[in-house]
Amino acid sequence: MIIAEQKPFEEIKGLIAEAEKVLVVGCGTCVTVCFAGGEKEAGILATSLRMTTKIDGAAKDVSHTTVQRQCEWEYIDPLADQIEQADVVLSLGCGVGVQALAERFPKAIVLPGLNTAFMGLPTEQGVWEERCAACGSCILGLTGGICPIARCAKQLLNGPCGGSQNGLCEIGHDTPCAWQLIYDRLKAQNRLHLLMEIQPAKNWSTSRDGGPRRIAREDLRLAAQVSE
Amino acid sequence: MDASTNGFKSGSRLERVLRAGHYAVGVIALQEGLEPVMQMTCRDRNRLAMQSDLLGAYALGLRNVLCLTGDHQSFGNHPTAKNVHDLDSLQLIQMVVGMRDGKCFQCGDAIKGAEPRFFVGAAANPFGDPFEWRPLRLAKKARAGASFIQTQLIYNVPRFADFMARVRELGVHKDVYLLAGIGPLKSPGMAKYMRDEVPGLDVPNEFVDRMTAAADGIDKEDKKARAAAWKKEGIKVAVELIQQVRQIEGVSGVHLMAIEWEEAVRPIVEGAGLLPRPEPEPIRTAA
Repeated sequence: MIIAEQKPFEEIKGLIAEAEKVLVVGCGTCVTVCFAGGEKEAGILATSLRMTTKIDGAAKDVSHTTVQRQCEWEYIDPLADQIEQADVVLSLGCGVGVQALAERFPKAIVLPGLNTAFMGLPTEQGVWEERCAACGSCILGLTGGICPIARCAKQLLNGPCGGSQNGLCEIGHDTPCAWQLIYDRLKAQNRLHLLMEIQPAKNWSTSRDGGPRRIAREDLRLAAQVSE
Repeated sequence: MDASTNGFKSGSRLERVLRAGHYAVGVIALQEGLEPVMQMTCRDRNRLAMQSDLLGAYALGLRNVLCLTGDHQSFGNHPTAKNVHDLDSLQLIQMVVGMRDGKCFQCGDAIKGAEPRFFVGAAANPFGDPFEWRPLRLAKKARAGASFIQTQLIYNVPRFADFMARVRELGVHKDVYLLAGIGPLKSPGMAKYMRDEVPGLDVPNEFVDRMTAAADGIDKEDKKARAAAWKKEGIKVAVELIQQVRQIEGVSGVHLMAIEWEEAVRPIVEGAGLLPRPEPEPIRTAA
């Protein structure tokens, strides 16, 4: 899922400083699961903003609502009236959610309340780790199910660099060396020969380097169905 | 630098802190009559920039290139920079060798005109983890086409000897010229820093102890005398390390990394009995 965290409160206050009426929009999917922008967080943030702006002597009218998914038109279309009445919309969705609101309601000033961090999973309660970088050309079959694009600080494809020490990456912060993990797993599976193959230069055109990406499935498109 | 060395590596403080471009420094070294080894890292350049630099460097007379992954930018003075890592060091070796032997760019397009004919080197860290992977990685670099290898700084000679035993088992020592990395310690503080803070280095405690003991009996206030005693010991240690690694089968030579202490190079080379240096063959121009 997409992992995000709320921006510092002072930054959020700064973002909405010019507005009188603020609508906080939470999202019921990924950011709910990672406790960053669900119904509960939207409610707490709206209350906090009401309280702090009142204490500061310029109380704002802050309301909140949460949709099941901020990244699909059908879930955000019903917000039209509420958005119409707000000076600014503070989205607690991921970057996709923020852009969906801005795209669907082009007159609205939509602001991000979260920093979208990565695609990952909770490894323990309260800890999330990156797992996929969406490079568009999956090599997990060669690397024991551990992604060096997302998890190696240098995105290496041919084994660990000289900075791997005691299972940790040279960048510190107790970051595991992805290639140590790959090595250990392939060794346990008797598949170390995979590491001896020289992986050629990667085609990054399927990644962000190829520009904004788009998938169009003709088998699923309504226009295609109509034309049949 | 003077005639005490046969190569001069245009590195920049472990690749961490911003310095003049490697090939510019290499050209200056060339003008000074040295034979530079240009470093190239994957951190800051994509495949286009690297090939462009290789063509330019070759046109300016450089003939040796050391292909490195590069230290992570978080260690340097621009920790908020975006890194590149379009290629890794193995793929960089393949690319330089491909330009030379395949006469084509990485994309497959033929190089029209003279191709850059670099002598291609790579790095090896015998002390990185996983330990048993290190000789295999070296073998992989040799297979990619590297002709010479410069190792990480060596202080733990027994562990390096274990690494070399495995390298010989794989037969890789016959495919590459392996240069053991030697660096003089300047002070106990430097020894401790390298022991504790530099990833991928293995500095046994005995070297910290030796460096500390070197200034025993010298007044703590006499900083000049203490520094001189440490430097003398550091050079002595480096000379001993050279003598030890040269006994190991498969080691073709050493490369000295006198970090911010270039004056140490001559006394070390001299102390190791490696002077005068043989005259290098003149650099051949493209066929």
